[in-house]
Amino acid sequence: MEWDWEFVREIMPMLLDGLRITLLATLLGSILAAAAGLGFALLRRSKNRAVTRITGFVVEFIRGTPLLVQLYFLFYVLPELGLLLSPLTAGVVGLGLHYATYTSEVFRAGIDNTPRGQWEAAKACNLTPYQTWRHVILPQAIPPMIPALANYFVAMFKETPLLSAITVIELMSEARGVANSNYRYLEPMTMVGVLFLCISLIAVPALHLLERRFRPPR
Amino acid sequence: MTDTIIDIDRVTKRYGSHTVLQDLCFSVRPGEKLALIGPSGSGKTTILRTLMTLETIESGTIRIDGEPLFQMERNGSLVPADEAHLHRMRTKIGMVFQLFNLFPHKCVLDNVTLAPMLTKGVRKADAERRAMELLDLVGLADKARAMPAQLSGGQKQRVAIARALALQPRIMLFDEVTSALDPELVEEVLSVMRMLGSTTDMTMLLVTHEMSFAHDFADRVLFFDRGRIVEEGPPDVLFTNPTHERTQAFLKKIIAAGQRI
Amino acid sequence: MADWAGYLGLMLDGALVTAKLTVLGCALALPAAFLAGLGRLSRHSTVRALSVAYIEFFRGTSIFVQLFWAYFVLPLIGVTLTPLQAGVLALGLNVGAYGAEVVRAAVQSIGREQHEACIALNLTRWQSLRHVLLPQAAVVMVPTFCNNAIELLKATSVVSLISLSDLTFQAQVVRSQTGSTALPFLTVLVIYFAYASLISAGMKALERRMTRGLDGLRT
Repeated sequence: MEWDWEFVREIMPMLLDGLRITLLATLLGSILAAAAGLGFALLRRSKNRAVTRITGFVVEFIRGTPLLVQLYFLFYVLPELGLLLSPLTAGVVGLGLHYATYTSEVFRAGIDNTPRGQWEAAKACNLTPYQTWRHVILPQAIPPMIPALANYFVAMFKETPLLSAITVIELMSEARGVANSNYRYLEPMTMVGVLFLCISLIAVPALHLLERRFRPPR
Repeated sequence: MTDTIIDIDRVTKRYGSHTVLQDLCFSVRPGEKLALIGPSGSGKTTILRTLMTLETIESGTIRIDGEPLFQMERNGSLVPADEAHLHRMRTKIGMVFQLFNLFPHKCVLDNVTLAPMLTKGVRKADAERRAMELLDLVGLADKARAMPAQLSGGQKQRVAIARALALQPRIMLFDEVTSALDPELVEEVLSVMRMLGSTTDMTMLLVTHEMSFAHDFADRVLFFDRGRIVEEGPPDVLFTNPTHERTQAFLKKIIAAGQRI
Repeated sequence: MADWAGYLGLMLDGALVTAKLTVLGCALALPAAFLAGLGRLSRHSTVRALSVAYIEFFRGTSIFVQLFWAYFVLPLIGVTLTPLQAGVLALGLNVGAYGAEVVRAAVQSIGREQHEACIALNLTRWQSLRHVLLPQAAVVMVPTFCNNAIELLKATSVVSLISLSDLTFQAQVVRSQTGSTALPFLTVLVIYFAYASLISAGMKALERRMTRGLDGLRT
């Protein structure tokens, strides 16, 4: 089978449309993963042992099972419980929660790395627990975590093709669509690969930049 | 040339713009015990590491038994040494490191037998018999099955000495072998070295900060400063009657720090 | 009431396929990881370049793209793979690329003093690697390899999209035949989790075995 540039030109607009949805899902998923990951990390530090245990199990369970099945679960089971999510919403929730279990580890390590003296100093300044978190701990703990978080967001980006399985029209489903209707797989599949590789290759120096920018002072 | 085992001729080594060894020349007789002393950063450790081929040099020649270390003869001219040449040259030399560098995943006995079995093809039974003799020599026969993490610093260093001896080198390099030890463990290592010095005809080069040991042990002392040999001589002369002012200043500091010479 | 025994049988068939994919995928990923990871540390620039190309390509493009490419595009150049073969190939090479970085990092984490001891004892590069560096690096690799194996297990679910009847595929079959949604999906989630826990426990045991003696606690 010969490579057909004409065909590539023809399908590129559709693929780029799909890429737009892919990037949107990654962005929204990242925001959710960061927020929910922080939530998991805080819950795991709770004084209530039941809360830590349950959170720990939920995190382990989500991380030990495939995102694809979780997406199916959100997409097929929730409507039966009366919760109707659009495919994209279900996809973003799935991506976000799945990656929150990874980011929660980053948050946990970052929080644990804050020196004990900071907690004691906050107590000595008579700050409430909320004030301690908000003004002392998190502002110190979060910047060093940013490179590791960004790493997971890039990994999430590479998992977005899964959303095609729950009918989100992102890059992969656009490609499969044109491939199926034209009976040509070579160009669409290869171009999807090229697009992913391009964005990943852009991400590599960007990650290095973040690492340098947020490297903790020594 | 038969009375020279190591010949160092105008050797220069740099790290970037920093010159560590500058036009260094000295030679060592077979069986000689040589102490290298001097302030830190003076290049004395670098010269041992270079002899062990852990460092390369920018210019000059090092000869072991009359044969260039970093060059070899090919078709009548000298070319940079290949791995096989370095391998052959290294069989003449053993080294003991400041931080022991034992293999943490192998027991004491396996640390000693590994290299003879791999590099000389010695059979396991023979290697172990020889290793046990050496461990007995350094007073650690009962620790043969222990892991390095279970040993004290002094014991580790004695194992490291046995490990180097197992390859039967003609030259032994000791790089600040007692510097990382707690004071009360220094003597057990020094006494092993003393025993080696008096019972073998190995050539021994040691970099040390133990001046009184250098005084008793060495046939000759080289005082290094800023990559050069400032002064050299028999220990009795160099320690009691140094002629160069930098040697005098260095020894004065050592005595002020409470060391006996 | 539907034929639950039959559906359970379907699920167990799927669980077997998933297990097979995971084991075969790991069996390919492990040598790939060592080859490429050590290749990246090679003295020969060609070997290094090839390793980097392999690692960056498989880490840079998504596993799904690789799977679809293996299944739909390779036949066009004359290589026709069964869904299982395509799955093992894509999963193994993808996870192998991540594993390669683990191997490289672990070998590099061994201190310079160990390399120097090897030189002083006149070991060749291969002997140093084989007897001194890799045995120590392996201890560092195990926990991360465990995560990689679980990632591979999770990624096997994608092969359902190229119609391989693994666990995820069977859940979809049961859903479409019975109209029940929560039960089949929950069941397969639990099975995946059990597999992941099994891998975790196995690796922990292996790690304990390997670190024995290194911390001086062995009696």
